[in-house]
Amino acid sequence: MRVIIFGCGKLGAFLARSLAKGEFEVTVIDRNPRAFRQLGPDFSGKTIIGTGIDEDILKEADIQNADAFVAVTDGDKINIMSALIAKEMYGISKVIARVADPGIGAIYKDLGLKILCPTSLGTETIYKILQNQK
Amino acid sequence: MYIIIVGGGKVGFYLTKDLIQKGHEVTLIERDEKNEPRLLREFGDSLFIGDGCDPQLLEEAGIKRADTLIAATGDDQDNLVVCEMGIRHFKVPRVIGRVVNPKNKALYKKMGIELTVNATEIITNLIEQAAIAQEIIPLLPLRRGDLEIVEISIPQDFPTITRTVRELELPTDCILAALIRGEHIVIPRGDTTLLPNDHLIILTSMSNADGLKKLFYIK
Repeated sequence: MRVIIFGCGKLGAFLARSLAKGEFEVTVIDRNPRAFRQLGPDFSGKTIIGTGIDEDILKEADIQNADAFVAVTDGDKINIMSALIAKEMYGISKVIARVADPGIGAIYKDLGLKILCPTSLGTETIYKILQNQK
Repeated sequence: MYIIIVGGGKVGFYLTKDLIQKGHEVTLIERDEKNEPRLLREFGDSLFIGDGCDPQLLEEAGIKRADTLIAATGDDQDNLVVCEMGIRHFKVPRVIGRVVNPKNKALYKKMGIELTVNATEIITNLIEQAAIAQEIIPLLPLRRGDLEIVEISIPQDFPTITRTVRELELPTDCILAALIRGEHIVIPRGDTTLLPNDHLIILTSMSNADGLKKLFYIK
């Protein structure tokens, strides 16, 4: 399976490393070339410097033949926009966007994007732990 | 009319000022606190500081009763999200999005944002028109571009001595709307005579562009 990951922060880099160790063909996009250091020296995937809302960069990442697109930069809106491009312009069915703001996340979930909201996830987890400790 | 504008940069600033002056109720939403003092002095209570992509803030700004929402920030991702929320979530009757990078225009359209303004494209077209002498200058595409207002200059050697508007055999689906002669604008009638160097303003369907060119430039 070919996966494009946009955003090489802690989540993006860890995800890329984990997927690349499995049977995934991984391409990572980030504006900052230094971010790729987090991938480690043994990373087998491809890296591209640029932004995931730029058609030319996406084409360089061979988005036409990708099976999944994951947008995990630290910007909600840029994640949403790149996810929309992947879904609507390139017809990729598995598209995931990280959205920290639960309000925006909920709206885009309704609009058909797969949203990963660390804020909601974290809240739920902590809530469950606190409840169990009663 | 109640209008919400997101983005208090140059575009948003002058737009807000202008619309308030024209008597509309306007709220300007600006994210950057650095700009607060300057905008507050100008707009007072009409200013909201916060993220225009935040649905809660939009509700506080009264988006549910807004007639028009304008996304005028300098970032396509912000404008896109603001527009989408306006259209799909809050069902604002009229939503206008500023397209910053012309590459993104197709995505706006695909996401159902029909009303877009792309300054780069407009400026590029204008400069191109000024730089390259074109036979038919497109002035304004209407709707999806099947209909266009164009300008044609009558060439020096065009046999106009006895030509009146009535005698001009314009292709079908073309209307001569006005002619510009020096500093004057003439609303043409059937007996108006055409002169070399007149600029004709023509409303035409785009399929007729070649017919128009042939009429004036190919003998």
